Amino acid sequence: MGEAMTVTEARLGEKPRARDGARAPTRRDKRRAVPSPVHRHDARLAWVLIAPALVGFILFAVYPTLRGIYLSFTSFHVLSPPQWTGLENIRRLLRDGVFWNSLLVTVYFVALSVVIGTFFSVLTAVVLHRLTRSTVIRGLIILPFMISGVVAATTWSWLMNPQLGILNTVITHIIGHPILFLGSRAWVIPSVALISVWKSMGYNAIIIFAGLQTIPSSIYEAGRIDGASETKMLRHLTLPLLRPILAMVLILTVIGSFQVFDIVQVTTRGGPVNASNVLQLYIYQQAFGQFNFGYAATMSMALFVMLMVITFLQVRLLRASESDMS
Amino acid sequence: MSSTTLSGAGMKPRRLNFSIGRGMAWAYITGVIVVTVFPFYWMLRTALSNNYALNTHPTSPWPVQFTVGAFRRVLGLATTREALAQGGSGASINLGRALLNSVIYASISTASIVFFSLLAAYAFARLRWKGREFMFTLFLAALMVPGILTLLPNFILIKNFGLLNSHAGMILPGALFSAFNIFFLRQFMLGLSNEIEEAAFIDGAGPLRVLFRITLPMTSGPVTTLSILGFITMWNDYFWPLLVTSDNSVQPLTVALAVFKQSSPQDQPDWAGLMAATLVAALPMLVLFMVFGRRIVNSIGFTGIK
Repeated sequence: MGEAMTVTEARLGEKPRARDGARAPTRRDKRRAVPSPVHRHDARLAWVLIAPALVGFILFAVYPTLRGIYLSFTSFHVLSPPQWTGLENIRRLLRDGVFWNSLLVTVYFVALSVVIGTFFSVLTAVVLHRLTRSTVIRGLIILPFMISGVVAATTWSWLMNPQLGILNTVITHIIGHPILFLGSRAWVIPSVALISVWKSMGYNAIIIFAGLQTIPSSIYEAGRIDGASETKMLRHLTLPLLRPILAMVLILTVIGSFQVFDIVQVTTRGGPVNASNVLQLYIYQQAFGQFNFGYAATMSMALFVMLMVITFLQVRLLRASESDMS
Repeated sequence: MSSTTLSGAGMKPRRLNFSIGRGMAWAYITGVIVVTVFPFYWMLRTALSNNYALNTHPTSPWPVQFTVGAFRRVLGLATTREALAQGGSGASINLGRALLNSVIYASISTASIVFFSLLAAYAFARLRWKGREFMFTLFLAALMVPGILTLLPNFILIKNFGLLNSHAGMILPGALFSAFNIFFLRQFMLGLSNEIEEAAFIDGAGPLRVLFRITLPMTSGPVTTLSILGFITMWNDYFWPLLVTSDNSVQPLTVALAVFKQSSPQDQPDWAGLMAATLVAALPMLVLFMVFGRRIVNSIGFTGIK
């Protein structure tokens, strides 16, 4: 079964491009020439087939987006209808110290997760690629991807527990006192970032690994003949050729980290004293703790706009859509 | 492929260099695997311990006073007295119900979204109709809209429908439309030769018959991929169920576990019980992993490259 699987996957990857290029025009020409009676009722059937998706698209994607934009200019507490307040929410946002603290905390978290996460996933992928193609090892590494953030967070709060957690018992043996990983202002964000990296590192490494497999080995042969060392080839061949995949992993990690919620909510609930009160958590508290839905919608909008700008900049800076392989 | 890159030029000093490098590389990979797997082992070791006895042997690599009491406790099989005697907090959690809720949520959502995406993908890949390109572009634009923007308004919508605290309310927003699934399946179908389908048409089969008898079997590969990845995502979903469920009769495992964690006493938490609960929550995924491991690894690599 495993064999058959890889064959399908391989076909999956190659076929569309080849077919689209080589075949599509002739097929279309043939169709133009002889209007087939088979396709006469296509339009009606097509609308029937896309109807469920269309309903979902309008009801749960388009409408909530528009409504979210509208709500962000209102005062809305769920029980009574929203009241238009214009730019009041935005003014409040600019003055809200907790919001700016949350933004800062989130940016700190994103920076740590992205830097540490990318470093280890690239290193793991490159090393794995050189050593072994064992699916078992790759499988073990993505194990944390299979479990929920809640499970990961609960487990790590046990490992990091100051009194009984295994991590701290070992640390106490070495330095004489435990580290308050989740209970001190200095440690809380790095600790949460480490949990997040632990959970996503393997997943990203597998994606990068798959990217490495697409680089033809002839390039390395050539590099070796020219006398390039291993590290030189890594810097000047592997990483540049990997850029589109690295860019994608980076962009997705940034977007995902900005919306971190479950790990923080389960381990610290934003504490100690807002030291880990990330944006998504603050938005959640405003909406479901204070019932300030209007203001929460404004913050969601702000987060969305920030993500758009950051993603746009990343795509430009990393030239994500281009490849050096040609 | 990797063997050619590894064998190198074959010069002696280089070989030596290589083997030191390889040793370090293997050490690194071993380290990564230990860090990855150890928390899972520690979950199991703690879950099989007596919660009171954990205090006395915090570093013992084996379960302390081996017992399955923690599992009995979180599955609601133990009496309160029995639970308290083993260091349970007395707080009850009905994981059985949560497990069932997770199964309902993840399986219905996944089956439904893959099925409806398949229908739409077929319309986009195989049928010819006015507005096809326009609708497809419109659908793709939805990939740009992140969850944060739609979650709160969707909560209000589900509330207005009167569907809070129901499976329907939890499932509905994610059950009909997925831009990624539609795009993924359409791309695959475009890559398939449609000669067999055309032949079936000529033999007088209708488009629906062709879809279910011919196209669907041919797309079983990507359909399985999307189903597995979708199931994992839904099983682990936390934020949305947290918003729309407050009653433990519908809460899935993720929410039930978080509630259990937060309701356990700060001074003397029932870590054995908590770890038993996390294991129960993770177990179905671990089983899925044992069965489909290779497939999952390949799917992740593949969807990433796409």
